[in-house]
Amino acid sequence: MPSKTEVGTQEPVVRLKDVSKEFPGVLAVDGVDLDILPGEVHVVAGENGAGKSTLMKLLSQVERPSRGTVEISGDPVEYHGPGHAQHLGVAMVYQEFALAPDLSVAENLYLGREPGRFGFVNRGKEMEEAGSLLRRVGLNVRPGSLVAGLTVAEMQRVEIAKALAIDAKVVIMDEPTATLAEKEIEDLFGVINALTDDGIAILYISHRLDEIFRIADRVTVMRDGKIVDTLPVSELDEDKLVRLMVGREISNLYPKPEVEIGDVLLRVKGVSRGEKLRDCTFEVRTGEVLGFAGLVGAGRTELARAVFGADRVDGGSVELEGRTLKIKKPQDAIEAGIGYLTEDRKGEGLALQLGVDQNITLANLPMTRGLISLKEEGEIARRRRDQLNIRTPSIRRRVQVLSGGNQQKVVVARWLETEARVLFFDEPARGIDVGAKAEMFGLIGDLAKEGRGVVVISSYLPELLNMCDRILVMREGEVAGVIGREEFSEERVIALATGTEEAA
Amino acid sequence: MTEGTANGTARGNALRERLSDFVSQLAAAGALIVVFAFLSFASPDFLTADNLFNIGSQTAVVAVIAVGMTLVIITAGIDLSVGSVAALAGVMGALLMSSYGLPMPLAALGGTLVGAACGLTNGLLVSVAGLNPFIATLGMLSVARGIVYIATDAQSVFGLPDSFRLLGQGVVAGGIPIPVVIILVVAIAGYVVLSRTKLGRYAYAMGSNLEAARLSGIPIRRYLTSVYVISGALAGFGGMIAASRVASGQPNYGIGLELDVIAAAVIGGASLFGGQGTVVGTLIGAFLIALIRNGAVLLNVNTFYQQVIIGVIIWIAVFWDQYRRRKLASASE
Repeated sequence: MPSKTEVGTQEPVVRLKDVSKEFPGVLAVDGVDLDILPGEVHVVAGENGAGKSTLMKLLSQVERPSRGTVEISGDPVEYHGPGHAQHLGVAMVYQEFALAPDLSVAENLYLGREPGRFGFVNRGKEMEEAGSLLRRVGLNVRPGSLVAGLTVAEMQRVEIAKALAIDAKVVIMDEPTATLAEKEIEDLFGVINALTDDGIAILYISHRLDEIFRIADRVTVMRDGKIVDTLPVSELDEDKLVRLMVGREISNLYPKPEVEIGDVLLRVKGVSRGEKLRDCTFEVRTGEVLGFAGLVGAGRTELARAVFGADRVDGGSVELEGRTLKIKKPQDAIEAGIGYLTEDRKGEGLALQLGVDQNITLANLPMTRGLISLKEEGEIARRRRDQLNIRTPSIRRRVQVLSGGNQQKVVVARWLETEARVLFFDEPARGIDVGAKAEMFGLIGDLAKEGRGVVVISSYLPELLNMCDRILVMREGEVAGVIGREEFSEERVIALATGTEEAA
Repeated sequence: MTEGTANGTARGNALRERLSDFVSQLAAAGALIVVFAFLSFASPDFLTADNLFNIGSQTAVVAVIAVGMTLVIITAGIDLSVGSVAALAGVMGALLMSSYGLPMPLAALGGTLVGAACGLTNGLLVSVAGLNPFIATLGMLSVARGIVYIATDAQSVFGLPDSFRLLGQGVVAGGIPIPVVIILVVAIAGYVVLSRTKLGRYAYAMGSNLEAARLSGIPIRRYLTSVYVISGALAGFGGMIAASRVASGQPNYGIGLELDVIAAAVIGGASLFGGQGTVVGTLIGAFLIALIRNGAVLLNVNTFYQQVIIGVIIWIAVFWDQYRRRKLASASE
């Protein structure tokens, strides 16, 4: 995208001068200088823990800087909390949306700033203004509809509209595409462009390299709490960006070992569930990595959950190594040898308050004489920590405080402990940094090499195209087609996913 | 946090983290020691074997029931019915002896089973019918109390055998009150259950993340139900101890008892959001409450002030706990 801004000629809307933030024992942000110009899309990239989120919190005044000054529109800002930052025109679109689901869209937009007097809300005015805001962010819902009924993409638009409602000069977006489908991402970028045309600066945090090149004007790379460099996107390419982020060369992001593919391990026939899944049939062989592709809502996660017994199904059969299974609940699937790593690690995968060791053994506790063997549990946890390179100072540490990549490894370790023959990975690389991604894909390759069957669900096509032996494409709850590795191409997958090509 | 700095500060963090796990208990334990020391100086009657054993016996009911409550709270639940269930169990156990002539141990078992049955109902309402624990046990609070009044016509049950006094008033091994022994046994059992059994581990896991627990193959309904059964059984057993102490079944016993029990668990570091709580902490909480009650009597403080003091301690305990957790969370980003 061509740069819309003339770097250096404009007064920055935000200027950070030598800003640091120290938490007990950790220098999260270390002497950062950063300018944000009006109308630019400024991407902050870096691995997890590089300090991006803390930097955003300093800017949105959720955290108080330990040192340095934050200037907004040229004036130094005293720390007065997030409300003050909004007042000055800094709005934050959170990854987990800060919306009240039982209130209407309009009520959410003006929450805390309701128009009207003497404690009464002028509902007519609220509705009218909300309507115009929604048009600006291209959201076609009635201001009176409840937020609870919106899709994730629509809720995100409401968040952005909220930023417009306070006349934001800078809108901070923390991985805004993490939960969006390709089409929705496209639309979001359209909205972002419209905002920057109005002179609003976007500060954009992202892990996804392809996106950075699509949307950024300038990119700031952070590592170890410091800024490595700030560059116009035209001076970057993917290799250079990864090198700056990681600080070392990553030779191969998708290490796929040569594996001999064996007999059919898992055979799923005619699985249906209401409108969500219709007559889905597929098989996974030993040593095979099968990808599930499709738009968000096409039924990929639903299919995995159905096989795993996490949701009830209307019909269909599941065979593992020729045996027909009766799966009514996850317990049955686990006992048969099927594992499922959820997309939402924190919400569905981990018991955050429990230790690394306790999370690893959760699905298969080592028991001796009716009691948990703490000694064995420790040994298991240490072994998996070393094998998967889980970075934690202690195996008893709460998983809550680990980075996303290490949390993901803890979940993987749990499933390895169940000796599962078939493993479903739902968005295994989401929200983890580049280095951890390469490790995660390496691990998936190793699992296939051990003769397990692996299913990978991903919305990011390069992951599937590089890692998988076959890709199953879903559309509207049906299997639209299966593509073999020799026929892989992005176009074919997209054609099947969107229905522009009939099932092959 | 990056690898370089992570490893540099990791050890310090791990140590701090482990310490902070104990700090909330330490704070409660510290408060317990301070109150104990203060009362030792302030009242000559406090530090006597008689008085200390008396405190132990008085604490038994709350402590025993609070062990079950801790288990429930760890699963992010609550059991409001324990006071009513204790009364129901006490009255039923008493009736078993007075009307049916059952020997004391069988009657005590009977009372405990009555409690367990109430707990089973609570558990099924929560795990199968899907009622919120607050609502399910609020209903039981009313139902159990109602049954007590129906069964007794609101009259106390007397005419119990002398042997029944043993449970709440007896002594063993040269003067150690049986209720104190009971506290120890229940606490040790509770400790083992929480730290070394599937039930305990799954309770923490369910309280921390119910969906993660389900997707890990844990039979949620069975374990969630079990937790309420244990809470009900311990409430029933506590009710028998209480009945023994007054040598009768009292229909009005235990009104508001649930508040002391919940307070004991919360002061001891159990979190109503689930996933947190220990038996040791809960015992400290129970004894802290008992000491304050006892001290107020010894020092002739108006008993109404006890309520105020205990309420303030709950505030402080929970505030401290949340403050410490926020610090831990922000340090980890």
